[in-house]
Amino acid sequence: MAIDETTVRKVARLARIALPEARVPAMAKEISGILSWIEQLNEVDVEGVEPMTSAVEGAALPMRQDVVTDGDNPQRVLANAPKAEDGFFVVPKVVE
Amino acid sequence: MTALDIRAARPDQRVRGGASDWEIIIGLEVHAQVSSQAKLFSGASAAYGGEPNAHVSLVDAAMPGMLPVINKYCVEQAIRTGLGLKAQINEVSRFDRKNYFYPDLPQGYQISQYQHPIVGEGEVEIDGDDGEPIIVRIERLHLEQDAGKSIHDLSPKETFVDLNRAGVALMEIVSRPDMRSSKEAGAYFNKLRSILRALGTCDGNMEEGSMRADVNVSVRRPGEPFGTRCEIKNVNSVRFMAQAIEYEARRQIDVLESGGRIDQETRLFDPDKGETRTMRSKEDAHDYRYFPDPDLLPLVLEPHWIEDVRATLPELPDEKKKRFMSAYSLSAYDAGVLSGDTASATYFETVAKGRDAKLAANWVTQELFGALNKMGVDLADSPVSAAHLGALIDLIADGTINGKIAKDVFAKMLESGDAPGVIVEREGLRQVTDTGAIEKAIDDLIAANPDKVAEVKEKPKALGWWVGQTIKATGGKANPQIVNQILKEKLGI
Repeated sequence: MAIDETTVRKVARLARIALPEARVPAMAKEISGILSWIEQLNEVDVEGVEPMTSAVEGAALPMRQDVVTDGDNPQRVLANAPKAEDGFFVVPKVVE
Repeated sequence: MTALDIRAARPDQRVRGGASDWEIIIGLEVHAQVSSQAKLFSGASAAYGGEPNAHVSLVDAAMPGMLPVINKYCVEQAIRTGLGLKAQINEVSRFDRKNYFYPDLPQGYQISQYQHPIVGEGEVEIDGDDGEPIIVRIERLHLEQDAGKSIHDLSPKETFVDLNRAGVALMEIVSRPDMRSSKEAGAYFNKLRSILRALGTCDGNMEEGSMRADVNVSVRRPGEPFGTRCEIKNVNSVRFMAQAIEYEARRQIDVLESGGRIDQETRLFDPDKGETRTMRSKEDAHDYRYFPDPDLLPLVLEPHWIEDVRATLPELPDEKKKRFMSAYSLSAYDAGVLSGDTASATYFETVAKGRDAKLAANWVTQELFGALNKMGVDLADSPVSAAHLGALIDLIADGTINGKIAKDVFAKMLESGDAPGVIVEREGLRQVTDTGAIEKAIDDLIAANPDKVAEVKEKPKALGWWVGQTIKATGGKANPQIVNQILKEKLGI
């Protein structure tokens, strides 16, 4: 499966990855290569087999009780924030 | 494949355009916050408010290596709500990542349920615009995380982010496009709210954003297939919902009638201007690249858990309404008003117990609700308790006071919160059944009004004046039946 340059730019934007225009052709070629390698899996017949979304089988989803056990520590939450003020994270302005 | 288009709008629901009439097609996605203590996947508090970032765990802040663990109570509330919506409960469901970037979503994805929701198809019955019941089909209900809050007006160049809401459990309840007017959409939203409140799975508090709706609106000429829809995000009151639908339908009709095309897009309702406007550029919208969340195993429900929840379901508003109509002979309207929320229903049933139910319903819906409405007070804070209102009705029934005095006593109960019996004794409002006092009042009236005596003999209808004057002369306390009887004897009619 070949990925064209438009798709590469779109995927980069969706993933918020800055991709210099000069690298787009090489990236398209690289991703196309990876995809065609993965495409070999299409040779396997999976008719009637449930898609496997987890490597864990037979285990139940662990659950927690509805009890407050965490929080009340904004300093800890904000410790690595590039910028914080009055308990808020501060980021460059985003307006829809 | 489920049929999407099952209803044409009634002719009176159509909207007039320049060249033809149009139908409005509406579907709702309601986000209802689960009334839990902790968040969906972390142990941080789900309470409203709090200091910024105080209700945040490192899971909610999406620190590397943190893993989500699901809150069992939230799962149970989704099951309960599904059962209340007469919906199918899926014994196996799954969580997916919905990928998008926004500063109030630190994970870079929302954990939601895309292909395999916990609850499937159900239905909600609403009263249509003409009073006839309408079924609004539920497509699905799924569990998902709320996002944090972005504040844009604290700094000109920066956005402030509070993650207290991030990770709070939401139930997204998706309807089929079965509504045909803003009124029907409002009726559906209100009905959903009363069901959730009766179930106790969501507090329905709109001021705190516990219930919000995304509204899908499209228009078509009668007989045509559905048009392209626009989604109006985050409408947080029924009034705004009606405004947003009316505005958006008109906008779409204007575009189509002038030869334009509707682009499927997400729009925002501006309550100040009363209009909707484009919110997201179409390019990136709905490209969420869903995939199963590898941090979470499938959610498998034991059938006995579902049955245990079913066994504890309360009486729902529809059932309650039917019971009020059959057990208390109430009108559909009164039964609807009184069964709409648990507090009203409990209050009414306390007042009605062992008394004339219709009289009780009248006092509760008209006198009490009317007064509370005027005072801007909730039923929970009513100065008149159900026991006191019941006692007032007893005083009317046993002839201690008449209906007119009862209204005065009720006004004093609202002011003071005192029991009606106390007020009646304190103010000397006992009904006068002493025929001597009534006879004296009537004799005085006859002596003073010879012309009226002549008149009433001609026109027996003029008796009303005499009854009114006699009761007035006794300070409003005379028993009207006794007054009537003595007047007729004395005036010879």
